[in-house]
Formats: sequence, structure tokens, C-alpha cells
Amino acid sequence: MKLPLAAGGPIIPHFSSSGCERNNQLFCWGWFKQNWAGTLWPALKQHVVLTLIAVVIGFAIAMVLALIAYRYRRAEQPLIWFTSFLYTIPSLALFELLVPVPGLGLSRTTAEVALVAYTLLILFRNILTGLRNVPEEVRDAARGMGMSRRQMLTRVELPLALPAIIAGLRIATVSTIALATIAALIVNQGLGVPILSAMSNSTGPFKTELLAAGALAVLLAIAADGLLVGAQRLMTPWVRARAA
Amino acid sequence: MPGARDNHGGQAKGNATGTGESRALELELRDVQKRYAGRREAAISDLSLTVPAGEVCVLVGPSGSGKTTAMRLINRMIQPSGGDILLGGRSVLERDTTELRREIGYVIQQIGLFPHKSVRDNIATVPKLLGWSKERIEARVEEMLKLISLDAEDVADRYPNQLSGGQRQRIGVARALAADPPLLLMDEPFGAIDPINRTYLQDAFLTLQAKVRKTVVFVTHDIDEAIKLGDRIAILREGGVLAQYATPAELLDHPADQFVAEFVGADRALKRLGLTTLAEVELVKMNGHRPAGQIAVTTNVRDALSAVLAGGGEPLTVVDGDGEVLGLATLEAIGHLFKNGDPSSMPASGPASGKHA
Repeated sequence: MKLPLAAGGPIIPHFSSSGCERNNQLFCWGWFKQNWAGTLWPALKQHVVLTLIAVVIGFAIAMVLALIAYRYRRAEQPLIWFTSFLYTIPSLALFELLVPVPGLGLSRTTAEVALVAYTLLILFRNILTGLRNVPEEVRDAARGMGMSRRQMLTRVELPLALPAIIAGLRIATVSTIALATIAALIVNQGLGVPILSAMSNSTGPFKTELLAAGALAVLLAIAADGLLVGAQRLMTPWVRARAA
Repeated sequence: MPGARDNHGGQAKGNATGTGESRALELELRDVQKRYAGRREAAISDLSLTVPAGEVCVLVGPSGSGKTTAMRLINRMIQPSGGDILLGGRSVLERDTTELRREIGYVIQQIGLFPHKSVRDNIATVPKLLGWSKERIEARVEEMLKLISLDAEDVADRYPNQLSGGQRQRIGVARALAADPPLLLMDEPFGAIDPINRTYLQDAFLTLQAKVRKTVVFVTHDIDEAIKLGDRIAILREGGVLAQYATPAELLDHPADQFVAEFVGADRALKRLGLTTLAEVELVKMNGHRPAGQIAVTTNVRDALSAVLAGGGEPLTVVDGDGEVLGLATLEAIGHLFKNGDPSSMPASGPASGKHA
């Protein structure tokens, strides 16, 4: 079966389909197996790519912003306003607003710009909080032992901010996975595509496809979160270390 | 002081841990000032003092006397507004701050161990900054742990939050000493420790200092700690004015003014006795009968006085290390130390026997 486009007619297959599908029952395993390789699996992979690009770029930008705010306190409030403003724009509106921008249009870039914008507030705030929460005496000792600013940052402040940074990454990743389904409105990629096609079925939402794509997005979010939790445990062994 | 004062041109060398040499440099403050913009009173006013290489100088004073500020000027955690600070004859003001700080050990009250690094990596901090080889760092860490009497196998790979407060404080000192700095700055290092452990850590510090013989600037608000640990004590008063700079014995015998007298306390005669041992007391000759109570000649006179008083004022038999009877310690004999009304006639050997034991 060919991947249906966002603007769709009837989705439920007319021929070679089972009674389960024709009656639009809650979940048809037959349909799921038949469409896994052609529709769902590619959509899942695209979803992972959409999310990864957004979180990686968002993290890089948020890190730069947080370091600026950490060093220059006066920059903090404007940056909070800016990232909060981006965060409050309704996602549907933001996607629509970006499409007419020259060079963007109906492309993956447009989708990524919007997704990145939504990660900034959470990542920025968590990185900055993590840095600010480094105990003053630890910073004083580091400076007093002759660390340069850069050495303090890379050897002391960022490592100690890691738990807060990874906590931010977890929220940003999970919310991007959810939000990326809406990206299907502008680009024919990700788990949003089967969801949209299921909803555009002329005789009411095609439940099997809707549930399958939705469940895959939820499972992806849980898996990504689990990976980040694991990464944190590996990277911050001191957090769990307690008196023996 | 046992051999402490070998002071050749601002350099002193002692034996660090039996395996390595230890460096120390003379520290001199010349008319050092610190003023903050918008405040009329200076934080530090024309502070001048010299700490000979290998000696412990305790900065003591009430809060607001600028003792911590004075200490932090030395490694330029705070920039002086005037005057000069010389370490080994070289001005610290002309030097690159990071390079300077790597050469000065730094211990603060809250210790500031890096919670994300093992004990081993904490101690290795400055050697790593200095680019030492792995083998040299590894050997040095072992040496430092031995120096502070901690078992490397037991603690080296633990994180600071897995250790007791006293262990953490000792590791803070080991970290400060790791690159063998010629000067050690300590800001109320034992201030947050309970009294029993504090006494233990003070004794451990004296034992350690007897081995490494660093030039030390030690900040405290506790005059008893200052008397116990300092070769010299600088008493500061409000506005960072130096009230008196002297050895503990001089300070107790001849307080420069009312402020110093009050600061050292009304019991300064007793404190002074704490700096003297029974060896300095003219003991009463034995006349046949020997009191049951006996006391070692190495005991300080303050403790001896307490022991005599506890026995209802009865004399005690003073014995040396071999158990040989030297005479009797009586109230009169002890009081005789002050008899001329001039306590400076009292031998000032006390601090040595009390310290660096």
C-alpha cells in the first residue's frame, strides 16, 4: 500500500481487506502487520530523525544562550522573555506563520525551525539553573586553586550541572516527540502522517491506524526517556554514590 | 621550636613525607590596603607583616576585622587597592592570577571538594592543572593520602559525600598541598567541625605542619585555636587595622592595648601557662614522703595546675619519661612563675613543646 498523502480520501482499503478493517474495529492486527514495513516503520524512523535534529540543534542554541546568561546576568531576563515568547506561540499558528517565510515553505526545515523553537525555553532554563546551582564554595575552591574560567566551566560547572541539563533534555525530547506529529501538516514525514491520514478517512477516523501511530509515538517517547535516564546514570555516578 | 626557624633568604626546606622535599617561602605584606567603592571605612588599612618561611601566622579578630579579606588578598581572590604583597621576595601583583593560585594552597571552611570527582581526582586537581604526568600524579596522591593518615585503598575512589566531615577536611588539606605549594592559606578550616573532631584536626594539622613546614596563613575567630596553632598571631580590629603581631607568648605576656587584652581574654595567665611545661617550673625538692599523685614533666602547666587543684591543692610528683622522680609540683611553685609580676620572665619555650610534637 502506498503512503497516503496528508490530504486524503478514504483510507480503509476497499479490496483485499478484512472484515475487521471494513467495520473499523478498534485494532486490526492484520492491517498492522501488512502496513508495518511500508508505512509505520518508515514513519517511525522519520519521526526519530525529526526529533533528533530538533533536540540537537535546540540544545546547541540553548547552551550558547545559557552560557551568555550565566556570564552576563543582564542578558538573563531578555533571554527568558524571548524563549518564553517562542514557547507560548500556539504550535499550529507557528507552523502556519513559518510557511510563507522565504526559503522555508513546506519543507522539513520549516518543521525543524518550529520544533527547535519549542525546545529552547526548557533547555535554556535547565542549563542555566544547573550552572547557577553549583555550590559557591566549590566555585571558590576551583578559582582559588588556579582554574581559568574555561577550566572551571568544563571541569567543574558543566559536569555538576549535568543532572539538571539531562532533566531538561528529557522533557524537551519527550515534548518534541509529541509535537513532531503536528509537523505532518507541513512536511510529509513522521508519525503524524499516518495519524493525519487516519483522521481524514471519509467515514470517520480509521481506528487501527490512529492507535498504531499514536502508540508508536508514546513508545518512542518512553524509550527516549529511558535512554536519557540511563545516560545520566552513566555520566553522573557521584549522584547515586552514598556512604557505604 | 624544633628546628623550625632555618630561614635562609626567605627559603626554608623541610622533609615533606620522608620521600620528597617540601618548599616554603617567606610572605611579606607591605602597607596593604583594601577599600571598596562607596564605603568610607577601609576593609584593610595599611597592613604590614612578615611571615618567615615555614611558620604559621594566624590572623584572628572579631567579625568585621577583615581577616578573611586579608587572606584572600594574598592569592588575589580579592584585588588589593594599595601596597604590595611579596611571596619569596616576588610581588604577587605582577603575576598571572591562575599561575599564582596554583602555587598557593587554598583551604576554606566549607572545604569545597568537587562532589563529582573521586578523592583521588580531587587531590590531583592542581597537579593536573600543572600538567604533571599520570605516574607522578598517581604517586603524589598516594603520598598525600599517607600524609593525612587515610588508607588509599579505602578512600581514593570514593566520592566526597561518602566521607565524614573530618575526612573531607583532611582531604581538603591534602588537595591544597598536592602540588607542594610554598604557601598555604587556610580560612577557618575547622570552623564547621564539632569540638572533639576539631581538637583532633588541630593536632593532626600540627603533626602535618611539623613534617611539611609550609608557610601558612591561618584565619580563625577563635583565640584559643590561634594560640594553639600559631607561631605568630596577628590580631586585627575593625577596619582591618593590625592591633598586634607577636608570638602567642608575647601576646599573652604583653598585650599591646586594651583591645588585645580583652580579645585574648581575662584568663590570659591561664592561657600563658598552657604554653609552658612543668620543665620550666622550679620544682620543690622531695623531702622523703612521695605524694601518690604523679604527673609527667612534659605536661603543660595549665593542665598541671588543674590536676593540683583537682587534688585539693596537694602536691604532685613530677616524673620524666623514664619514670625518674624530678620533684614536686605545688601551687606555690606554679605561682612562682608569675612572682616578679613580669610574666615575660617566664620561659617562652612553651609553644615548641606544645606544638610540632
